[in-house]
Amino acid sequence: MDEEHVVSSLVDLIFKAETTLPEDVIQALQQAIDNEKGIARIQLENMVKNARVAQKTGRPICQDTGVQTFFVTLGEDFPYCTRIKPLLIEAVKIATESIPLRPNTFDIFTKEKYTDNIGDHIPAITWDFTRGKTATITAVPKGGGSENMSKLVMLSPGLGLKGIKDFVIREMIKAGGNPCPPTVVGVGVGGGADVAMNLAKLALLRPVGNRHSNQAIAQMEQDLIKRINETGIGPMGLGGITTVLDVHIEHAPRHPASLPVGLVVQCWADRRATMSIDQHGHCVIQ
Amino acid sequence: MKQRIHRLQLPCEKQDLMDLSVGDSVYLSGVLFTARDAAHQLLLQTPKYEIIFDPDSKGLYLCGPLMKHIGEKWVVISAGPTTSSRMNLFESDFLQKFSQIRLVIGKGDIGDSTKKILKDRGVYLVYTGGTGALAADQISKVLDVFYLEELGMAEAIWVFEVSSFGPLIVASDIKGNSIFTTNGVNTL
Repeated sequence: MDEEHVVSSLVDLIFKAETTLPEDVIQALQQAIDNEKGIARIQLENMVKNARVAQKTGRPICQDTGVQTFFVTLGEDFPYCTRIKPLLIEAVKIATESIPLRPNTFDIFTKEKYTDNIGDHIPAITWDFTRGKTATITAVPKGGGSENMSKLVMLSPGLGLKGIKDFVIREMIKAGGNPCPPTVVGVGVGGGADVAMNLAKLALLRPVGNRHSNQAIAQMEQDLIKRINETGIGPMGLGGITTVLDVHIEHAPRHPASLPVGLVVQCWADRRATMSIDQHGHCVIQ
Repeated sequence: MKQRIHRLQLPCEKQDLMDLSVGDSVYLSGVLFTARDAAHQLLLQTPKYEIIFDPDSKGLYLCGPLMKHIGEKWVVISAGPTTSSRMNLFESDFLQKFSQIRLVIGKGDIGDSTKKILKDRGVYLVYTGGTGALAADQISKVLDVFYLEELGMAEAIWVFEVSSFGPLIVASDIKGNSIFTTNGVNTL
């Protein structure tokens, strides 16, 4: 495998994620513009205009280029499994200089300010495995403003599905304009505390407009979209009928005693880009 | 409600702001300085006579920009607003200390204590969050940077000259009205 080619492709992947808003998000914003008027419409128009400027100029959509976050799925016969982590780290260092990315990693204990977006456990990498010879990497730069709205609750199971919905709606009302609405909301239900939070973040990978394959979960997603939009928070919290672009729920079975619900919010700049590497090290950005 | 569009030049006096009502659009020109959490803390801890620039005459832009050093110059790459409510810890003390600041720019709601101190004195304007590339286009010049070594790029104080910066929305006007009421929901 030509490692230089892989690193430069990973830099391109980060560049794409930082500068090009996915088509499903653009479409959802365009749709929202048609539904809004006044201040709400101005906010949405600015977002779409900004996305165009970013793509045209190759400048990051948002100055908060986020915590570099990757979801990696390795095929069991992909020959370079152990090389992915060091190459990702290398790519983040290079991308920080070349794109550039804002140095976003601080150490609260030593007061050290890292200049390359690298540190213990950062970039954040979530690993999964599948059949086949290919590795798939999705870059999701995660901004601080929306990440700050994340929450975990361990509900009493007796509160049931209504408890889940009430928690999500309550938190989104509390968040108001802070996470840069219209947001994409990821909800993780079940598992344990860690599983629920991981599922909530994983839920953000799903394209906007895409419903869960389980009918009951899809129904709750739709209910939540409707109810959160009815709050009137609107784009940037300035009022309107578009507070979320989508709500995605992922699910794991729960322990009889527990009903964990994780909530992760993504700003309207729902940045994602995916790349695959085949068994010869050939990279294709989707 | 009729939404009006204003052009505003900094520095400004109180009377220049009387006409700005909640929900109006503003295009701003003049000099802004950026500050977020760490810069607020640092400027609050530093005696006024030791502060090497004059915050009072400028607009306060809650922003941690993405900058690039090209040749001898700093260039703005992306520079949208940061979440204003994080500054609730410091903002009223900060505005008390720098008592001539009349303009605060950020995103989302600000704390009641900040609203109170801005009443009869200045306005709070919001820029669309996440639109950093657009904002960079409206920053005509990087005039200076302070505390870059101590605070790093995102937290340093950058002094920008802006030209037709906007559309900003008046979120708190000089009469003390706010676009954000209960739970940050606009009820206009």
